[in-house]
Amino acid sequence: MEAFSALLERLYFTNSKNTKTAVIHEYLRDTPDPDRGWAIAALAGTLNFDLFKRALIKSLILERADPVLFELSYDYVGEMSETVAHLWPNAASEKEVSLPSLSEVVNTFKQADKQQTRDYLVSLLNQMTPAQRWALVKLGTRGLRVGVSARLIKRILADYGGQDVTVLEQLWHGIEPPYTELLAWLEGRAEKPDVSDKVTFHPVMLAHPLNESQLDELHLNDWQIEWKYDGIRVQLVSTPKGMALFSRTGDDISASFPDLLTDLNITGVFDGELLIINNGVIGTFNDLQQRLNKKKPSKKLQTGSPAGMVIYDALAIEGDDLSTATLATRRQALERWFDTQNDQRLLLSNQLKADSPDALRQLRTQATDGDKNAVEGLMLKRRDSVYTPGRPANQWLKWKREPFVIDAVMMYAQRGHGKRSSYYSDYTFGVWQEAVLVPVGKAYSGFTDEELKQLDRWVRQHTVGRFGPVKEVEKALVLEVAFDSAHSSSRHKSGIALRFPRIKRIRWDKPAAEADSVTTVAALIG
Amino acid sequence: MTFLHPREWMETRPEGLYCKPADVFIDAHKPVPRVIVTHGHADHARPGNQWVYATPATLDIMQLRYTDSAWHRSVALDYHQPLCLNPQCSPKQQVTLTFYPAGHILGSAQALLQYAGSRLLISGDYKRRPDPTCAPFEVTPADVFITEATFGLPVFEHPPIENEIAKLINSLALFPDRCHLVGVYALGKCQRVILALRQLGYDKPIYLHGALVKMCELYAKHGIELGGLIAVNDVENTQSLAGEIVLAPPSALNDRWSRKLPNVLTAMASGWMQIRARSKQRNAELPLIISDHCDWPELLQTIEQINAPEVWVTHGREQALVYQAQKMGYSAQALSLIGYEDEDSD
Ligand SMILES: [Zn+2]
Ligand SMILES: [Zn+2]
Repeated sequence: MEAFSALLERLYFTNSKNTKTAVIHEYLRDTPDPDRGWAIAALAGTLNFDLFKRALIKSLILERADPVLFELSYDYVGEMSETVAHLWPNAASEKEVSLPSLSEVVNTFKQADKQQTRDYLVSLLNQMTPAQRWALVKLGTRGLRVGVSARLIKRILADYGGQDVTVLEQLWHGIEPPYTELLAWLEGRAEKPDVSDKVTFHPVMLAHPLNESQLDELHLNDWQIEWKYDGIRVQLVSTPKGMALFSRTGDDISASFPDLLTDLNITGVFDGELLIINNGVIGTFNDLQQRLNKKKPSKKLQTGSPAGMVIYDALAIEGDDLSTATLATRRQALERWFDTQNDQRLLLSNQLKADSPDALRQLRTQATDGDKNAVEGLMLKRRDSVYTPGRPANQWLKWKREPFVIDAVMMYAQRGHGKRSSYYSDYTFGVWQEAVLVPVGKAYSGFTDEELKQLDRWVRQHTVGRFGPVKEVEKALVLEVAFDSAHSSSRHKSGIALRFPRIKRIRWDKPAAEADSVTTVAALIG
Repeated sequence: MTFLHPREWMETRPEGLYCKPADVFIDAHKPVPRVIVTHGHADHARPGNQWVYATPATLDIMQLRYTDSAWHRSVALDYHQPLCLNPQCSPKQQVTLTFYPAGHILGSAQALLQYAGSRLLISGDYKRRPDPTCAPFEVTPADVFITEATFGLPVFEHPPIENEIAKLINSLALFPDRCHLVGVYALGKCQRVILALRQLGYDKPIYLHGALVKMCELYAKHGIELGGLIAVNDVENTQSLAGEIVLAPPSALNDRWSRKLPNVLTAMASGWMQIRARSKQRNAELPLIISDHCDWPELLQTIEQINAPEVWVTHGREQALVYQAQKMGYSAQALSLIGYEDEDSD
C-alpha cells in the first residue's frame, strides 16, 4: 500500500505524459503481482467495490469531525479524498507500522461484509499518513484523478510490452484485474491472453469538429453525409457467445437497456446511436433523458420510452469481418443486411445529399430538434476511410448546428473541483421574469484561465449572501451564454432547461436590466 | 473612568479598520491621513499615507519598497513601548498604542489599542512556530482579540519546517543534475527558507532571483545572518546551476526567466501547498508546506491563551473560525474587511 500511495503522489505531481509513463513503468518493474495489476485497475477505473464507497467514507468522517467544519473544509478543498485525508484524526504518533499490501487491501474489501468493511477501513485510516489516506479513499471513491486517463494507461501498458495500443484495446474488455496474464504477455513470459470466447468491445472511431474555413475546399463527393444524432453513442456486439451493449468508452451498459436487447435477432458488431424509438419514430432528447443513468429501468419506463438504435456503421455482420474495409464497402454491406431486417427497434441512418458547400450549409440549418427529433448537426465521413479507433485526422468530421445565445445575469457562484477548487468557477445564471431573475442554468466552461481569475475576483468582491458552498452575488454581471438547445423542464422554476450551456463572452459593459427574459428563451424551445 | 467596549470606538470603513477617538486606521488599503501598519507585506503596508506608525523594521521595509511614496511622516515604535496617539486630547480621551511581536516576519507586530478602560488587540498576520528571522509571538491579554484566519480550516495542519526542508535536500541528492527552483515570497518566506536550510547544514551558496536580493540585504542589516547568497544575474554560465538551489518569487516560476535554468525541478514553499490542487496550480513538482501563518490548531491555541471574551475574525476563512470560537465559548464574529489578498500574501 505504501508503494501505491507513493505512485499516486508522484503521478499527481508530474505533468508530462512521458514522466508519468516512466513512473508507471518503474512501478510495474518494481512491484510484484498481483499488487501491480490492482494498481493498474485502480488507474484504469476497472476496480469496483460494492461496500467500500463514498457514502461510507462520508459517514465515518462525520463521526469524527464536526459536520459544519467538514462541509466548510470540503467546500474549500473540493475533493472528498483529500478532505478526509486531512480531517481524519491523527493517531498519537506511534512508531511507523507497515501497511498491508495493495492486493490484501483489495481482497479484504472485496470479501468483507458491511460491518467488516467499516472496521477495516477505520483501522487502515488510523494507521496511515495523510498522503496514504488520500490514496486509500481514492480507491473507494473511484476516479483517481491523477492525470492518467483510461486511454493513457492502455498506451502506457502497450509501450511497456512494446505492443500496439490497438491490440491492447481489443483485448482490454475481455480481461480482468489483476491482469496477471496480460502483464506476463507484455513481459514476453506468456502467450497473448485468449479472449475469443468473450463478447468484447471494439474501440470506436471518433470525429473531429469541421473547420468551417475549409468547407469550400471539401470534395463533397468523397464524403458520406448523415445527420448527427443527439443520443448515446453505443456499440452493439452480438456473437454466438452472447450479446452486449457498450458505451463509447467500453462500459457494458446492457443492463440499462433490456428493452433493446431482449429477443434481438442479429449477429455482428454495430456502431450507432441509442435513442428513444417508438414504433419507428425517434423521440426527443427530453424523452431519452428519462433513461439516462437508470441502471434498472422500470417496465413502465421501458414501454413509455422504449430504447432503439440508429445504426450507422458495422465492423462485422453475420461472420463477415468488415474491420479493414472502407466505409463505402461497409455501408453497402450494412444496407444490404438492413433490407432483410424488420425489427421496429432498429433504424438505418440515412445518407443525405449535398452537392455544394451551400447545400451543406442549408442542410445544417435543418438540423434542429424542431423538425427532426434528436438531431444536433451533420456528420461527414470519408467514403474511403477504414474504421480506425480513436480520432484520426480528416476521416470523420462533425458539424454541430449553430448554438443559441442569450444574455443572462450571474446569480450564484460555487467553487470548482480538482484543479479549480480555489476558484469560483461554476456559475448559476438567470433571465428576467417581470422584475425578478429566475435561474435557467449553470455554466462552468467557455472562459479562458485569465477570465476565470477575473470572474473569481468579481464573485469575491460582489458576494451578497452565502448558502453553504454557494455564494449569492450582486445581480449585476451579464454573461453571454451559448447552448445547444432548450427544452421544457418541470424541474426548473423557469420551466426551461438548457443543454451544454457555456459562457461565450463576459459582458462587463452591459447593464443587467438589459439581459434577456424568460419569454425570449422559451421561444427557443425546439 | 467608564468602560467603553471597543465596538463603541472602532468601525470598519471602506479604507479599512478605523479607530475613531485616535482618528487612525490600521493596515488601511487606501491612502489615509494616519495609519498603523502591523507589518511590511503589501496587503497590510501600502504607499501614499500621510502619517505611518510602525516598528523600525517595518518602516525600513516600506522605505525599500515604496521609496518616496512610503509615507509623508513616520513614527518608529519599538515593541513594548506605549505611545499616545492623541496627546492633544484630555487623558480620558487618549488612545495608547503598543506593539508586541507577532512572529510573522521581520518587524511584524500585533497592535494593542487601549482606550476608555478597554484593550483591543489586533493580531495582524502571525504564527506560533519558531522562526529565527523574527521575534516570537507574545501572548497579551485583551478584551477583544482581532485574529487573522488565513488558514482557518481544520484541514490545515502544517508540518515542522525541518521536514519540508529535508524534502528539498533529499531531492537534491536524488536529482543532482536538476536545478531546484523554489518559489518563495520575497519578504519573510525567502529568508526563513534560507535560514532553515542553513540550520540543516546546507552551506553552499544559495542563488537568488533579482527581486529577492534587496530584501535579503535588508534582513542582513537587521542582524539576520543568511550565509552566502549569489544573484542569478551574476552567474556567468547558468548551466552551472544544475544541482543548486535557486530561490525566486512565485510569479517567476513559470515565466521566461526560469527557462535559462538547466533541467529545472520546480518547488514551491507555501502553506497552501498542503492542498494538492493548489500545488498543481503552481505547477510545483515538489510542494513544500511552509507557512508564516498559524495553522488551525495554533489559531485555536492562541484564542484560548489570549482568552479575550470576544473574538473578531478577519483576513481569510472567517466562517469556520467564528463557528469554532463560538463552540469554545467565546463571543465571535466575522469582521468583513476587504482588500486583503486571499491567496498570495502567505
Ligand atoms: Zn503578512
Ligand atoms: Zn496578510
